[in-house]
Amino acid sequence: MAAAAAQQKIRWGELEEDDGGDLDFLLPPSVVVGPDENGIKKVIVYKFDDDGNKVRVTTTTRVRKLARARLSRSAIERRQWPKFGDALKEDAGSRLTMVSTEEILLERPRAPGSKAEEPAASGDPLAMASKGGAVLMVCRTCGKKGDHWTSKCPYKDLAPPTETFTDRPPTSDGPPAPGGPVKGAYVPPTMRGGADRTGDSMRRRNDENSVRVTNLSEDTREPDLLELFRSFGPVSRVYVAVDQKTGLSRGFGFVNFVHREDAEKAISKLNGYGYDNLILRVEWATPRPN
Amino acid sequence: MRPILMKGHERPLTFLRYNRDGDLLFSCAKDHTPTVWYADNGDRLGTYRGHNGAVWTCDVSRDSARLITASADQTAKLWEVSTGKELFSFRFDAPARSVEFAIGDALAVITTDNFMDHVPTVQVKHIAEDIDDQTDESALVITGIKGRINRAVWGPLNRTIITAGEDATIRIWDSETGQLLKESDKESGHQKTISSLSKSSDWSHFITGSLDKSAKLWDTRTLTLIKTYVTERPVNAVDISPTHDTVVLGGGQDAMNVTMTDRRAGKFEAKFYHKILQEEIGGVKGHFGPINALAFNPDGRSFSSGGEDGYVRLHHFDSDYFNIKMLFETQLVQFLGSDVAG
Repeated sequence: MAAAAAQQKIRWGELEEDDGGDLDFLLPPSVVVGPDENGIKKVIVYKFDDDGNKVRVTTTTRVRKLARARLSRSAIERRQWPKFGDALKEDAGSRLTMVSTEEILLERPRAPGSKAEEPAASGDPLAMASKGGAVLMVCRTCGKKGDHWTSKCPYKDLAPPTETFTDRPPTSDGPPAPGGPVKGAYVPPTMRGGADRTGDSMRRRNDENSVRVTNLSEDTREPDLLELFRSFGPVSRVYVAVDQKTGLSRGFGFVNFVHREDAEKAISKLNGYGYDNLILRVEWATPRPN
Repeated sequence: MRPILMKGHERPLTFLRYNRDGDLLFSCAKDHTPTVWYADNGDRLGTYRGHNGAVWTCDVSRDSARLITASADQTAKLWEVSTGKELFSFRFDAPARSVEFAIGDALAVITTDNFMDHVPTVQVKHIAEDIDDQTDESALVITGIKGRINRAVWGPLNRTIITAGEDATIRIWDSETGQLLKESDKESGHQKTISSLSKSSDWSHFITGSLDKSAKLWDTRTLTLIKTYVTERPVNAVDISPTHDTVVLGGGQDAMNVTMTDRRAGKFEAKFYHKILQEEIGGVKGHFGPINALAFNPDGRSFSSGGEDGYVRLHHFDSDYFNIKMLFETQLVQFLGSDVAG
């Protein structure tokens, strides 16, 4: 009885995806998601591709004012000219003219001997510092301004000033940061007296691009974070805090990006992202830099 | 700043030119099709179809009505800017290279290359107002230069013609008689091919860029060497800012020493120098190949660069550029004290 009834009744769960049957040729209407507070507009258009499949094309645009053009009267007339030549067959998708996705700066020439800056696009904070006034030479080791850069510091072997953020992961090779090297224990070359600390500033700069991730699930580990964050750019270091006794994650970790821009993108994209059933919290590891 | 990238050419760029009002940008490339773009947002307006060879240079009349182009297909063509229609074709026995309208747009100077048995020539043609009156005949032909002439331009009041090219010598000729008036000094002048030449907005001085990795600033009337700008790469393109004391140099060879592979913007840069102090102000990176063409917008607020990579990059200066310049000047003047070279 039940079997016969089941045969006649169409079970919607077993229907093929597009068993809409006759209505296949209809496309959903295009949707325009209006400009949001960032000025980003999305236009979603449905069409059939060459194989006859229904496809959805999402075009995300942002209108940016680049410059104010003051046009003379004849220039305004020229603006009305119809397109000619190869420009006739142009359609919106030809994309000949695009605004660069990166910010390109007028880079000051480097003095010979000073350290090579990071690529312009990442907006080296040191270059930014000299924007406002006279060239500020700040040495991170001795804190003296206006005299020399960190790599040229005469006090290279001084211990770096202690940093204030509490969740800083211990260095992978040395003992935990507070307390310093224990007598008789192995001291890595970088932490010995008289050592060349220049490599430090390379890492220090990286730590300014450090992102703290909290509300991680218990079994999240470094490889998971790496996989999640690497799509934003090269990652120099990942760390997940693990409780030694239980072996479970303590729920937070750090990701160090090579480029600051990528860290920014990661924060904006992943903060609030659902990962392994928990909502991630992603923010700058240090007090929010501007 | 956010440059606007325009990929309209399939082959390397050779030349860029703004119209007088600064709202149109004309680009020439090795791909036979000069293109015109709107200079504010980089939108393409149209292309001029008709050449059969690389287009080396172009010029646009003051009213932006006519365009003249010189091409390796041994012709120089006159076009109607608004429609792309070819109005006239000047035929030569050798590839045409440099072209420029005179003041008043009634004359044009065109150079041809040394090709097979032909010597390089500098020719002056009349440009008729009514295109039906246009003829092919030359008002003046100058021969007598041995190397290839890369650039020939009009001097002040159309009285002279200035040429520069492979023999690294700049020459000034009388535009009526064709007589050689002046020659640049061999010792202090360029040592290798002069690739480019650009005049200041009032034509009182001009800059030349050379493969000897330098650019030099000269007086248009006396041909005195005024300034020299030194760089590390052969210079393919130069221009002088119409509003500020800045010059820009572009160039580079392809086999660059790249130690860090940057996936993003290319490493070839346009270098800005302070015109008077001869010091480098800064550089703008972005091209993936050597820069072959540079042009400042007549309003001085933007500039374009064209590269071997086929891209035109249009940059609107942001406040950084103006700040860095001023900052640079005050710093350097303080540093030099009374030794500021004039």
